[in-house]
Amino acid sequence: MQKEIIIAGFGGQGVLFGGQVLAYAAMDTGKDVTWIPSYGPEMRGGTANCTVVIADHEIGSPLVKNPPLAIALNLPSFDKYESLLAAGGTLIVNQSMVDRSAQRNDIHVIMVPCNEIAEEIGDKKLMNMVAMGALLSALPEVSVKDVEKALEGHLPARHKHLLPKNYEALKRGFEHAQKEWDKVPA
Amino acid sequence: MPKELWKGNEAIAEAAVRAGLEAYFGYPITPQTEVLEYLSRRMPELGRAFVQAESELGAVNMVYGAACTGVRVMSSSSSPGVSLMMEGLSYIAGTEVPAVLVNVMRGGPGLGNIAPAQSDYNQAVHGGGHGDYPRIVLAPASVQEAIDLTVLSFDLAEKYRMITMLILDGAIGQMMEPAEMPEMKPVHRQDFDWATNATMGKRERRLLTSIYLNPLDEEQTNLRLLNRWKEVQANEVRYKEYFIDDAEIVIVGFGTAGRVALSAVRTAREQGIKVGLLRPITVSPFPTERLSQLTGQARAFLVTEMNMGQMLDDVQLTVRGRVPVEFYGRPGGVVPFPDEILNEIKRINSAPTAGHTDARDAWLTRMTAQV
Amino acid sequence: MTTPANNLVYERPEAFTETPTHYCPGCTHGVAHRLVAEVLEEMNITDKTIGVAPVGCAVFAYNYFDVDFVEAPHGRAPAMATGVKRVLPDRVVFTYQGDGDLASIGMGEIVHAAARGENLTVIFINNANFGMTGGQMAPTTLPGMKTSSSQNGRDVETQGYPIKVSEMLSTLEGVGYCVRRSLHDPKNIRLAKKAIRTAFETQVRGLGFSMVELLSTCPTNWGMTPVNSLKFVEEHMIPAYPLGDYKISDAIKQIKI
Repeated sequence: MQKEIIIAGFGGQGVLFGGQVLAYAAMDTGKDVTWIPSYGPEMRGGTANCTVVIADHEIGSPLVKNPPLAIALNLPSFDKYESLLAAGGTLIVNQSMVDRSAQRNDIHVIMVPCNEIAEEIGDKKLMNMVAMGALLSALPEVSVKDVEKALEGHLPARHKHLLPKNYEALKRGFEHAQKEWDKVPA
Repeated sequence: MPKELWKGNEAIAEAAVRAGLEAYFGYPITPQTEVLEYLSRRMPELGRAFVQAESELGAVNMVYGAACTGVRVMSSSSSPGVSLMMEGLSYIAGTEVPAVLVNVMRGGPGLGNIAPAQSDYNQAVHGGGHGDYPRIVLAPASVQEAIDLTVLSFDLAEKYRMITMLILDGAIGQMMEPAEMPEMKPVHRQDFDWATNATMGKRERRLLTSIYLNPLDEEQTNLRLLNRWKEVQANEVRYKEYFIDDAEIVIVGFGTAGRVALSAVRTAREQGIKVGLLRPITVSPFPTERLSQLTGQARAFLVTEMNMGQMLDDVQLTVRGRVPVEFYGRPGGVVPFPDEILNEIKRINSAPTAGHTDARDAWLTRMTAQV
Repeated sequence: MTTPANNLVYERPEAFTETPTHYCPGCTHGVAHRLVAEVLEEMNITDKTIGVAPVGCAVFAYNYFDVDFVEAPHGRAPAMATGVKRVLPDRVVFTYQGDGDLASIGMGEIVHAAARGENLTVIFINNANFGMTGGQMAPTTLPGMKTSSSQNGRDVETQGYPIKVSEMLSTLEGVGYCVRRSLHDPKNIRLAKKAIRTAFETQVRGLGFSMVELLSTCPTNWGMTPVNSLKFVEEHMIPAYPLGDYKISDAIKQIKI
């Protein structure tokens, strides 16, 4: 088993942390995992992305050209990863930040209004966790519970009071994606 | 110890601390800065020496000074900064004191970029500083290996009174992987019989220098270094093999290029191609003997690097034309994707070259055609 | 009748080895070495001293002091000394550097060691030229002064002006003690020794960076007799590089020697 996930968005959208939480969850369930960010000046205010590879064997390349799974938190990331996604793959798109629908029909595009859901929960910063919840609907190797445990285990102590809202964000994202999946013709 | 998710650069820093690092001197440069940043907090909290130097020149000479006292000392930098350190490296080699230097390599030459590259293989393995001197060069391909080799590097440096360099590309410095840290080792100052730590009235004075004005003395020094290097070659070669037992095509790649090749090898195996991977962990000393053995088994070698073919020369020197050697590289800070290497494997598998064409020339022709 | 011991007016300081120096006749390096050795002996710190030799005429300083020594790359002595001192803070660490080493190629290292307030002592020999390589122009070469690489005299229009190192370093907070002395006559040699003593006292008390700049002669490269060289220091060097105390921190002013 090996799954590659790219998470992309603007710097400040929690792209790198979201990937780390996923990596922790994978590690805590005994899998091999790599997390690699785009780094350097491109992080400053521009788009950021990280690649997470989860496997049950020694991982080779930490980077992937055509990922089966991706999260696009903004329009530039949607543009980029819609074209790069492997056929049959799933792209989670933050609907709040894009103004178009999907163009490819050989991939699954799950639109999630991450900003609005996060604001409903009461913290717009949770938008990355909403997207993460949605991603988990297409990543059976890691459960929502695993990510919750990872958050509990690795969130800095000063942020521990935010755990319930993070759980809520994961749940809402997952549920929203489930509904979208239900619309997909069998 | 349980596994934790460690970023490569920070893992190296913590591993060095646990190996008994007493002094760190460095200068900020991407993509290694996390080593400096981490140690700026960690070393003072343990009462150990940390200085952000005025330049890499300053840093390496602080390392030189501390190394002369016999403590465990290191610096880290990235390609342009390591170029500046080459002066100190040559002096450290000539003075025969142990020191550890980490190069988190980036694309070059010149200012280049900050993306992952293996462009300093030749500088690390074959030279860099002036004069005749050997050095140990370790090339980790994962965060765990970076930790293990950091610890090892101090032991090797002390055992052979030699510079030990870790070369890793920015990808390994920046990536996070689950890894296990060694136990914290208490600082143990060894009473080396060469260390200039002041006589304290108990012994004859000592001098540490790299100057041998009489050429015959310098020649003796060069030969002493070479004889010590022979010991290193005999005892310290390390490499890892994957799917090698029945491999007809053998890929040789180190660091990230090696692990990207592993992905390609797995896919190729699924498609029935008998391909394996030899991943040198010590690129100096180079696993010459093992590679030479494999010439009796492989019908072709493929060298993969994130440069224009630097280790390629060492492979060709070892293979000596007995088997065709091919090359696939991505210089400039580009990390190859597995499918690129897979395509090379398929190409070699379906149409083995006669070996008449120079591997680098052939690669350059193919690369130029693509662009 | 007096015993030979009572007749003794001059002997080798214990901090010296028995190796004869290689310096040219009339060169004041030997004087500067002796002053350092006497101070180490008087302060009873020879056993815990580690010297850092430069590249330049004093490259062989390590042959003459009976203490542990390391030999630095050109200009890097303050960095190397930083490395030694940071891991062995209870030892006494000094560099001995000429003006090519310290003020030209090693300007970065000396300024930052001083700025960091490294607890080191620097003996800085200013003889207005690169001695070892044959008398080339140094940053300290006087305007109009002829050297092998300024054969028509130092032209400040193209070669710039001399660097006054003591004045410059004295602006830095990390510096505890920074003075300029001269070795051109016995009175000034005695003052120089007192300054070297104070510099080492600064270090053993942990009061910051200490440096003594010593105006020195280079008869061979200046093309003068030793006596004329001493006159040159007095008549030309001192006006360009005024002797004086450029920085003495309050704590150091309290030191009684």
